[in-house]
Amino acid sequence: MELEVLWFALIAILFVGFFFLEGFDFGVGMLAKFLGKNDTERRVVINTIGPFWDGNEVWLITAGGAMFAAFPNWYASLFSGFYMALFLMLLALIGRGVAFEFRSKLTSQKWRDIWDWVIFFGSLLPPLLWGVALANLMRGVPIDANQNFVGSFWDLISVYSVFAGLSMVLLFLLHGALFLSLKTTDVIKERAEKFAMRIGKWTSIVMLIFVVLSYFETDMFTGKGINPGTVPILAGLCLLSVHFFVKAGHTGWGFIMTGATIVLSTITVFICLFPNVMISSLNPDWSLTIYNTASNTYTLKVMTIVALTFVPIVIAYQCWNYWVFRKRITVKDHLDY
Amino acid sequence: MDTLDLSRWQFAITTVYHYLFVPLSVGLAYLIAVLQTIYVIKGDEKYKQLTKFWGTMFLLNFAVGVVTGIIQEFQFGMNWADYSRFVGAVFGGPLAVEALVSFFLESTFLGIWIFGWDRLPKKIHLLCIWLVAIAATLSALWILSANSFMQNPVGYEIVNGRAEMTDFFALLGNEKLWNAFPHVIYGALATGAFFMVGISAYKILRKQQVEFFKSSFTLGIIVALISSVLTATAGHSQAQYLVEKQPMKMAAAEALWETSPENAPLSIFAVIDTENKENKFNIEIPYLLSVMSYNKLSGSLTGMNELQQQSVEQYGEGDYIPPVKTTYWSFRIMVYAGVLMIVLALVGTLLMVKNKLESNKWRFFLKWLLPAVFLPYIANSAGWIMAEVGRQPWIVNGLQKTEAGVSPLVTPGTVLTSLIGFTVVYGILMAVFIYLVLNTTKKGVQDDSHEIHAKPKDKDIEFSAI
Repeated sequence: MELEVLWFALIAILFVGFFFLEGFDFGVGMLAKFLGKNDTERRVVINTIGPFWDGNEVWLITAGGAMFAAFPNWYASLFSGFYMALFLMLLALIGRGVAFEFRSKLTSQKWRDIWDWVIFFGSLLPPLLWGVALANLMRGVPIDANQNFVGSFWDLISVYSVFAGLSMVLLFLLHGALFLSLKTTDVIKERAEKFAMRIGKWTSIVMLIFVVLSYFETDMFTGKGINPGTVPILAGLCLLSVHFFVKAGHTGWGFIMTGATIVLSTITVFICLFPNVMISSLNPDWSLTIYNTASNTYTLKVMTIVALTFVPIVIAYQCWNYWVFRKRITVKDHLDY
Repeated sequence: MDTLDLSRWQFAITTVYHYLFVPLSVGLAYLIAVLQTIYVIKGDEKYKQLTKFWGTMFLLNFAVGVVTGIIQEFQFGMNWADYSRFVGAVFGGPLAVEALVSFFLESTFLGIWIFGWDRLPKKIHLLCIWLVAIAATLSALWILSANSFMQNPVGYEIVNGRAEMTDFFALLGNEKLWNAFPHVIYGALATGAFFMVGISAYKILRKQQVEFFKSSFTLGIIVALISSVLTATAGHSQAQYLVEKQPMKMAAAEALWETSPENAPLSIFAVIDTENKENKFNIEIPYLLSVMSYNKLSGSLTGMNELQQQSVEQYGEGDYIPPVKTTYWSFRIMVYAGVLMIVLALVGTLLMVKNKLESNKWRFFLKWLLPAVFLPYIANSAGWIMAEVGRQPWIVNGLQKTEAGVSPLVTPGTVLTSLIGFTVVYGILMAVFIYLVLNTTKKGVQDDSHEIHAKPKDKDIEFSAI
């Protein structure tokens, strides 16, 4: 396999990891305020992701670093082009990160209420903005002959990109609710499952609209025809199955299916892009591809050795992390956050 | 101000701010690991509670460090797109490796450590905090290897108008890196140690939980002494490295306009006139600069005017002199703060050894140790300002100028918005952070054997010293 292709796949894997893992902790963050009816319940909800969220976020940081190392021109054009969107996302991630740590350090209810809102918006904005960003990567943005983005923040906002953002938010909400049903007990668990039942069909509807819009807005139709291929169809089937699993009481399977939906949808986005990484809406020749943005062969080789050694190690100890903290959390437990 | 100036301000503010939190994370991680090791070996509950107390401080600090670190990584692409394109094939490597090899390890095991007190065997739990400390140190190594490339580019060649990596091990073996890394790590240990000493001194002065805080004072002051002396020693070899490899930075740090005589004196206070390229007033100690630079009484240093001439011949017309006043004074502030740290740590160690910490005669000295918490912060920030401002006008020494690295099409309004946004958030976070540190200090060590878990407590349980 060409090294450029391998690195495109590796970056896809890092984003898959990020969306799958941070997906549920974004969902939990959005739900904490609403599924927890009192302070202790809220703390239980937040503590379900306590040992995990920071490690989950490193998937994003690693994806950013990997882009910088393997495709510096992609990293440069994307980050400088989507400047405002990234700025908002960074503010959200800052707020959310410190909120988990600061929230329960003081007993004042007002103090905790403020941080609960920070957690809510800090968990809502990133998936919304990532949805918007991915839609724009697929649809194309104004990029000039020098690989520079010549549009503004508002060029990124369209019906299509907003639907992408909404799809992501809903999918993560569903994913988070099912995670909570696996990690909590009693009333919180019941509320999480009820919420998952209610939101499931809306997620499917919004995602379906997004897929239909994709046929009009991107070159998916001309590229692939009406049949999008196995991966996106499987993604859709997984999403549809969630409802039945939850109804039958198999929330574990439901969680696996929302996870599969996230994984397969992310892969779909990367398949659609390949071999482009950012499409120029001005002139197809100006599009960024894995070839005109990549590092030199030596750098890619070194990075390949490092990645192939350490990604499995990271996955192994993160699995151990989830194994150590596999127990459900109750209101009677010691709560660190 | 244009995009370039605004981007430089944003980078400077973000980096200095981020680096307020990084050294404490690294330093405190080791100190906590030592406390917990004592607990595991001796089984003394006191050390468990101390570990938890300092752990709370560590986590407050770590949270702010992490979130500002994300900006640190993303701002190269956001604000410095042409720089990223030019050096990404070299510079991106260590950043990616840092995230993959170190930061994953640090974040994951910190999560396990915080929540794992009752879930893991004692020794495995202890291993987690050691892994956090080691991972944080490795992080510093990778980030410094990227920074060292900006100071002293090695292991690359210029192909098609960009720098491409040709030798990964040359990057890792960069002489600059191995001069900077010990200096940074010792400085981080000193930051953690002075933090521990200052807060312990406060509790001893207030006669609260004295038995606990005398123990952390003891650990803190020993590490403070050793690490401040080592930081200075490592700094000394850094200076010698500069003389050889970045003479312009060294000359600016000394406000040395003309090449010095054979016995170079060290300036300790100068009034600098950058317009006429001279010093209006200068207090000097004879021979000392030669000693600093070459470990002997003689040896001259090249002045800025001569170096400017050389640079023009090598790189073409342009101003190659960095902002002299900033470089000169940040260097002095770092050194003066460092000297003060050594003196304070020495006196503190003597008091500790002679068991005089609670004596009324020395109360005044313990009070000095409270503001001394800020000294390492001042030294750390000043040191980095000297290192990065002294590198100007280059973003990568000799290869790319800072002005050529900025994102070409990001508008000043956009950068101004993010600059204001980030700065306001940094300000709020700092206020909250300090408030919570003080609050945690006031609460003191918590007896977790009969902690009420679920409900928020109306009154904090504070128990007197045993």
